[in-house]
Amino acid sequence: MSLTDLTATALLAKLASGDVTSAAITEAFLRRIELHDGQVGAFLRVDRESALAQAEAIDRKRRGGDPVGRLGGLPVAVKDVLCTRGEPTTCASRMLESFRPPYDATVISRLKAADAVLVGKTNMDEFAMGGSTENSAFRPTRNPWDLTRIPGGSSGGAAACVAASMSPLSVGSDTGGSIREPAALCGITGLKPTYGRVSRYGLVAFASSLDQIGPLAWTAEDAALLLEVLAGYDPADSTSVNLPVPRYTETLGQPLENLRIGLVREHFDQGLDGEVEAAVREAIRVFESLGAAVRWISLPHSKYAVATYYIIAPCEASSNLARYDGVHFGYRTDQRAMVAELEAQRKCLEQAGDEAGLDALDNALVRLYRKTRSEGFGPEVKRRIMLGTYALSAGYYDAYYLKALKVRRLVRDDFDRAFGEVDLIAGPVTPTPAFPLGAKIDDPLAMYLFDLYTVSTNLAGIAGISVPCGFSRGGLPIGLHLQSPPFEEERLLRAAHRFQQATDWHRRRPRLAADVA
Amino acid sequence: MAISRAEVEKVSLLARLLLSEEELDKMTVQLGAILDYMDLLNEVDTNDIEPMAHPRDVTNVFRADECRPSLPREEALANAPHRDAECYLVPAVLGET
Repeated sequence: MSLTDLTATALLAKLASGDVTSAAITEAFLRRIELHDGQVGAFLRVDRESALAQAEAIDRKRRGGDPVGRLGGLPVAVKDVLCTRGEPTTCASRMLESFRPPYDATVISRLKAADAVLVGKTNMDEFAMGGSTENSAFRPTRNPWDLTRIPGGSSGGAAACVAASMSPLSVGSDTGGSIREPAALCGITGLKPTYGRVSRYGLVAFASSLDQIGPLAWTAEDAALLLEVLAGYDPADSTSVNLPVPRYTETLGQPLENLRIGLVREHFDQGLDGEVEAAVREAIRVFESLGAAVRWISLPHSKYAVATYYIIAPCEASSNLARYDGVHFGYRTDQRAMVAELEAQRKCLEQAGDEAGLDALDNALVRLYRKTRSEGFGPEVKRRIMLGTYALSAGYYDAYYLKALKVRRLVRDDFDRAFGEVDLIAGPVTPTPAFPLGAKIDDPLAMYLFDLYTVSTNLAGIAGISVPCGFSRGGLPIGLHLQSPPFEEERLLRAAHRFQQATDWHRRRPRLAADVA
Repeated sequence: MAISRAEVEKVSLLARLLLSEEELDKMTVQLGAILDYMDLLNEVDTNDIEPMAHPRDVTNVFRADECRPSLPREEALANAPHRDAECYLVPAVLGET
């Protein structure tokens, strides 16, 4: 068995016993990237030299008997939405193509302190807006199980790089399903922690009341390992919670006595693909055979979750993305050409004696903003900024934004009630397996509706995990969604781990031919 | 509640975007379809429901009022597309007629 087929936990054991060096492991994964990433497109940048240097430094520490961090020499890939000091952090946007942050995100500092080997930055939908990674300004990522299909998004590169054995661990972000959905479509495990569990400091903001950083890996055990490193209070993020971080890896094997699982009636409704439903129902039977009590529950407001989410998230995005103005950092339009164009327009209006047109003409600064943003952002980002700006504008604020905030409360109340009766909520992650590239690109609403099972987790601020639970007849992975009350990641991971001891879906690996030279 | 092309154009100014004629057409159709879907929320009775802007009931979090190092000017300016030694540079707007 090659090193790149092993889980992070198995690799860590080999590192600890001195069986293998971090340099050897890092080299093996870098080789996989070289062989296959031309066709998969999971990475926006691979840091070969610095990764090998980090690995060798950690090997020296270990050889010298010095204490080694929790991830002691394991490669970790990082979604390109997390600031890395002095290194490009693009959010897969032209806007940030040349941006080099002056500081590390807190999770990057934590990974470095834990002796992770940072191998590179992964592809994503621009500014994490999308569910297919087709919205990357640079290239799409392809699903390692079928290169004609999307890997899911927005953390598509993060999921695909694990699925293609290019990194054992990967860090993503999840605003409405962006970790769980690509994890499901790529056949790996992905966890969205409770809002506040992981510091968002240095995470480029999309929707600040919904964003959360989390781990992607083959197994729940590996996700537990990575979450231990990522989670924790951070004074630099006032929304991170000051609660102790459980040792998830230590409690992972403890049985869950009398586990009560709720199935959401509304999630097994029309629109759910038959093969996905069959795989999820079979997964539930596995839990029953392990002693869990399963019952139907109702989340009556779940049918409103997509509409609620796609008001709130774009509103927050339109506000957060106002910072991209072509002045402080990032892309800026060609100022000389912009001024010349504006002058030509002014002359034209003057000659025509068009007073109203002259009054309405942008001043140079406003035009600088508008040209910069229109050239720097892609279509989906523009769409969401427009939607958010509209929903927050005078006359529409109450009808859209305020209304959505009230329904958000009802969505959260549904969960609170449900968790009075059950310990976990189970269901599908996505309505269908991965769809072909381009299938929904011209239909934003269809793309949004693909998120119907995952967005409520973020609206409520609770935790959720996607676990591989089967394959379609066409060989595409299917994910099981488990959701828990706030700060019960331990329960999620234990349930997922128990499931993975009883099944082998998480052990399947896609077959990739080497890139054609 | 569909959106008109004129409204889309107005919002594009508020959003500091400059959309081409083609983009305005497409955006009008797409936003219209999305906003139509949002009308679903009108079914929900939200009388007396407290809006939820955030998953946690956070109040202001203050740190001790003490001096700490901040980003040095050179680092803050390092990513600026256009600058001089001390400032960000933008096109002149004051004094315009």
